[in-house]
Amino acid sequence: MAKVPVQFTLNGSEKAEFVESGTTLLHALRDKIGDTSPKGGCHQGTCGACSVIIDGELRLSCLTLAETCGGADIRTTAGLAEGGVLHPLQRAFLDAFATQCGFCTPGMIMAAKVLLDRTPNPSREDVVEALSGNICRCTGYEPIIQAVLAAARANSQNAA
Amino acid sequence: MELRKDYFADVRKDGLHEIGQGRPRLDSPGHVTGKTAYFADRNFPGMLHLKMVRSPHHHARIRSIDTSEAEKHPGVVRVLTAKDVPHNVYTILILIQIGPEDETVLADGKVRWKGEAVVAVLAETERAAQEAAAKVKVDYEVLPAVFDMEEALKPGAPLVNEYHGQNYYLYDSGECRKVRFGDVDASFAQADHILEQSYQSSPIEHAPTETTGCVVTPEGNDRFTCYTNTQAMFFTLDNASIILQMPGSKLHFVGGTVGGGFGGKVDVIVEPIAILAAKLTGRPVCFIYSREEEMQISSPRAAEKVVIKDGVMKDGRIVARKVTGYTDAGAYSRHSPYGAQKGAAHYPGPYTIPNVWIDTYCVYTNRTPSSAMRGFGVTIGDFALEVQMDKLARLIGMDPLEFRFINAYRDGDMKAHRQPTEGAALIECMQAASRAANWPVAEKYMAMSSYRKGV
Repeated sequence: MAKVPVQFTLNGSEKAEFVESGTTLLHALRDKIGDTSPKGGCHQGTCGACSVIIDGELRLSCLTLAETCGGADIRTTAGLAEGGVLHPLQRAFLDAFATQCGFCTPGMIMAAKVLLDRTPNPSREDVVEALSGNICRCTGYEPIIQAVLAAARANSQNAA
Repeated sequence: MELRKDYFADVRKDGLHEIGQGRPRLDSPGHVTGKTAYFADRNFPGMLHLKMVRSPHHHARIRSIDTSEAEKHPGVVRVLTAKDVPHNVYTILILIQIGPEDETVLADGKVRWKGEAVVAVLAETERAAQEAAAKVKVDYEVLPAVFDMEEALKPGAPLVNEYHGQNYYLYDSGECRKVRFGDVDASFAQADHILEQSYQSSPIEHAPTETTGCVVTPEGNDRFTCYTNTQAMFFTLDNASIILQMPGSKLHFVGGTVGGGFGGKVDVIVEPIAILAAKLTGRPVCFIYSREEEMQISSPRAAEKVVIKDGVMKDGRIVARKVTGYTDAGAYSRHSPYGAQKGAAHYPGPYTIPNVWIDTYCVYTNRTPSSAMRGFGVTIGDFALEVQMDKLARLIGMDPLEFRFINAYRDGDMKAHRQPTEGAALIECMQAASRAANWPVAEKYMAMSSYRKGV
């Protein structure tokens, strides 16, 4: 089958791959480039485990064709910590016990990051709305909501 | 968190350093950084994808299987049928002597539930495997099916599983697990009231975010490494060893990280066939359930029916309880004979009842095989028992919490299955619950204790 070249930045690094036309971004990231932080839970856009950030927008990588991502700035949870220092969201998820089996966590953190980038001081309702596309089956949503609110508080204290 | 140290103060050992402390989980840093390695995060060069051809019928005889078109499909490497599996008929609990072997890895001559694995297709890509699986031709003769447990137990019902010979699991105690304690009939005759109620539940899917699966690599020395999200590592290792007729020393299982299980990943379903495929092709193999397979094919919690008949006195004492429980195993045993047996021990509940009669049946039907899920054999029973307790309290005009104090088991009480009660804490839990829920009960109940029968 014909291969298509695709080039983008992943967590700030240049990446170039040849993919079969129709390959999802999830498959390209996990199986070609080796970033396995986005997870495949349903491959049909319903669970949110594959969530990534493309040019600042939250996207489901299982429903995004890799060949449409030329020139894009793609961010995943694997690239969130800087210099070994956890992002406030990662710290908050640890502290609030917002991760149990961990399979939904990278997607949850991506969804929360897009929220906090736009709404630094979200209400509880804002958080619930932002996470509404991400399914968790073990931790329960309450610790996750509390973690996102705690990360927002930590951010605003740092900014003050 | 509030720790109540006044309960059981005389038997407490307070040299504990962890209880009541918030401790970070060791695996959390991996989870929040996306570094935790789940089985599907392993990718090997030349890895093949396995897709199952599944039965579209609830019950059918297989007249013939034609894999010739599938084998010609571009990218297909190998197609497996029952004859390729060294020990095709197995049952998980054979490891603890609960037989007979009653389930096939790949269907041989018959399918007994809609979704049963018939043919395994291995291809270079997931897409090629999927397309080739659609080209396998299976000629079925559809047979009458039975979906209701009580229908399945009637004479003349279609026989679901020939390895059992009847539509129920034959325990050493006969057609059901039995508990006999005291004389229920005499006590029913003397009871002030009798209440008989029937409770039913549907199968429940665990729906983990990570679907069931494994990745297997041949190590080149006739050994195989299996990365799996099983919740039952050694059950899977030992059953794979039996099915593949390979010593366990040839199999290296790597697991421990599970993306949600809830009991749904304790069956031995994906690993043996994936290891066999890796052995026969000499290539790494991944077999991962699609979301549809996870929801439709993986074992759910069993459907149950629980019929409870209680004799109760006006003063609140339950004097007799008769329970008939039915556990829907679906077409194969898996963990259900054990689940039904657990129910038999559990149905008196945490109550001391002097006369008890229990029969629990593990029934075969042409439904998806059921298996473990959080407290299976007990959880549905608890729902039935506690609804029954509320109904009994209402029947005699008593507060439902006080009614439970009257019947609560306490240390030293003999349970119906002849185990003396030890370490009971029901009374203390109910006292704490009474305060927490602001649901007051009479002072004499607040003065009770699990191990001093002062009241």
